[in-house]
Amino acid sequence: MNSSPSATEVRDIVQAVLAELERAPSGETVRAPASADAPPAPPAATPRASLGRGGSAGTSNEMDVDVPDPTVTEERRRIGVEHPANASGLANLASSTSARLAVGRAGPRPRTRTMLLFGADHAVTQDAIFGDVPTELLDSFGLFTVQTQVTDQDEYLLRPDLGRRLSDEARKVVAERCVKKPQVQVVVGDGLSAAAVTNNLPHIYPVLEQGLTSAGFSLGTPFFVRYCRVGVINDVNDVVGADVVVLLIGERPGLGVADAMSVYSGWRPGPGKTDAHRDVICMITANGGTNPLEAGAFAVEHVKNVIAAQASGVELRLKQSGER
Amino acid sequence: MKLATTLFGERYTFRDIKDLLAKANEEKSGDQLAGVAAESAAERMAAKFVLSEVTLETLRANPAVPYEEDEVTRVIDDAVNETVFQEIKGMQVGELREWLLADTTSEEMIRRLGNGLTSEMVAAVTKLMSNLDLMLAAAKIKVVKHANNTIGLRGTLGSRCQPNNQTDSVEGIRAAIYEGLSFGSGDSVIGINPSDDSLGSVAQLLEMTYEVITRWEIPTQNCVLAHVSTQMEAMRKGAPVGLVFQSLAGSQKGNDSFGIDVEMLDEAYALAKRHSVVTGPNYMYFETGQGAELSADAHHGADQLVMEARCYGLAKRYDPFQLNTVVGFIGPEYLYDATQITRAGLEDHFMGKLSGISMGADVCYTNHARSTQNELENLAVLLGAAGVNYIMGIPMGDDSMLSYQSSSYHDAPSLRQLLNLRPLPEFEAWMEDLGLLKDGRLTEKAGDASFFLSR
Repeated sequence: MNSSPSATEVRDIVQAVLAELERAPSGETVRAPASADAPPAPPAATPRASLGRGGSAGTSNEMDVDVPDPTVTEERRRIGVEHPANASGLANLASSTSARLAVGRAGPRPRTRTMLLFGADHAVTQDAIFGDVPTELLDSFGLFTVQTQVTDQDEYLLRPDLGRRLSDEARKVVAERCVKKPQVQVVVGDGLSAAAVTNNLPHIYPVLEQGLTSAGFSLGTPFFVRYCRVGVINDVNDVVGADVVVLLIGERPGLGVADAMSVYSGWRPGPGKTDAHRDVICMITANGGTNPLEAGAFAVEHVKNVIAAQASGVELRLKQSGER
Repeated sequence: MKLATTLFGERYTFRDIKDLLAKANEEKSGDQLAGVAAESAAERMAAKFVLSEVTLETLRANPAVPYEEDEVTRVIDDAVNETVFQEIKGMQVGELREWLLADTTSEEMIRRLGNGLTSEMVAAVTKLMSNLDLMLAAAKIKVVKHANNTIGLRGTLGSRCQPNNQTDSVEGIRAAIYEGLSFGSGDSVIGINPSDDSLGSVAQLLEMTYEVITRWEIPTQNCVLAHVSTQMEAMRKGAPVGLVFQSLAGSQKGNDSFGIDVEMLDEAYALAKRHSVVTGPNYMYFETGQGAELSADAHHGADQLVMEARCYGLAKRYDPFQLNTVVGFIGPEYLYDATQITRAGLEDHFMGKLSGISMGADVCYTNHARSTQNELENLAVLLGAAGVNYIMGIPMGDDSMLSYQSSSYHDAPSLRQLLNLRPLPEFEAWMEDLGLLKDGRLTEKAGDASFFLSR
């Protein structure tokens, strides 16, 4: 079915698009091509009238191109396989996951729409990768803010070691403001996605706080860490001395999903403790991951297990399987 | 020991072999983070000149971590073939590079010499090689292994089907497997990174994948990439395990941060031989990646290339069916941009092959690294040309569970078409029987997950 537009058609389309761009009011985020000349025409293919789906192409200079948002769910879920063996079956398979299935192919390559959608998802993630958690949100949960030894975003990327250590000022503030030796200390960190905190905290935090409280645990004074890496929980616990530290932190953004959160926790974290001593619940997001409400409940159950076993990470697994 | 040179009239001296190796490394943000990198481009070249005249014997005597302190060093050094080592110990690193590239050096000769190398020697020669050197030398070395099918034969390119799902949905993962198989992905392994590492969830995914493989009589193997202790438990409980997986680090302390040691890996390997559902004789699957040791503060002052080479030295003990570097996953603090990721991918592939490892690559990047899908495709082509055993297959390259981008289900068939490669032979025959592949090309039926609803 794929047919190439003729050279004349391409020129007409380009002119129509340029005309449209010129009409666009200033301030709109439309970018005009650098050159007003039509690009060289592709090698002459068999001229056909149709430009495929949509059928909006014509030869008129008045032609408008207004692509419906390809990122909305129904466009995303559009089946790209041209002659599936089992059309309804394929639709069912595709709807069973958020993975990019049933996309079809052009030769061995992805089809155009699929590839452009992928590009759009990467673009929006790039644009949104960094940001700040709104102060009002943190205030609404009574979280005060401290910073690690990182001073800017580039340093955050290149120096994870500094993101694992509280600044001197932060240690002082935490020491002054936090309850010492609670059973559970909750900490929130931006990590690589402030959006993860902004979008998920209002859902996960109340569940976590209420669940831990009704389980009878004493809770520490919660706070927020800017430029935060997971390893900061060792440093935090050096000051507060909790039995369990729970860290809610933004994950590095996935394609088109920039707001996933992870919950890391560990039994008595401290200097030298590594990922082997920690447990994680990852991919917490309303956008196709673990629902933040459920994740909060799951985290509460997990903390109960850790406190009962007085162990976390690999040691907890070994204890649970009865080896140690 | 004196390690020095003069370059453009400027004097450069190096503290010891570890310092020299680190400063001779191509630029990596991870080495800069560790504070071991050359401080200028000229110092880097000076280090390479000095390194080119260091003998292999000197490298063996100066491992990154002392023999007495580190079990990874012991595993590597104890495995050296002493007869071969006696023959090559006087060779300089620069000579080794030329010997590897020489037309008179055959694949068999490289394989034999490889038995006399330690990982520090493997890393050292890598530092003197250009990207094209790494490709040419690696392409000479075929490492062939067998589980239910045969990986690594000349002219083949495998693809791990990686149908990960954020919530481990069995139906969602099955659908992604069907799609992958219909593109010819899954010949290296059908391998799932679970979101939930618990035994119950892992066993459920093992059962499902094994059922698909059995129902469709697919000549391949399954794997759920949970922590090795969970897979061991699954084997003891009788779950159908194909390959046994673990991430490795290049030092004892690094492995400690992964919650493993040599004793645990030995036990896992013994269990795999007794419980795996595949034919064998190769049962293990490992992943590695430059920078993992530093991220656990377990690099002992060595650069990330040396530590990576040591992973392959450790892996060799378990004669794995496959191992892949996950190059680009770790982030910009270790491999800053596409130039560094590309370099690391070619280095790792070469080092693995020289170490006798069936080497694949997860060609990938994260959203906070300075890279794009175009850069990923470039590296995939380079690795395909260099004879990589397999790459990953992921729906449109978007792994939303692990939050990174890798190669798409489309990419292995594209590379096969571009570079005249085929799937693993048993798998190719299976695809041909089903009518999904003909003369190495996807047929009309291919690329359609619903094909697999018919049985």
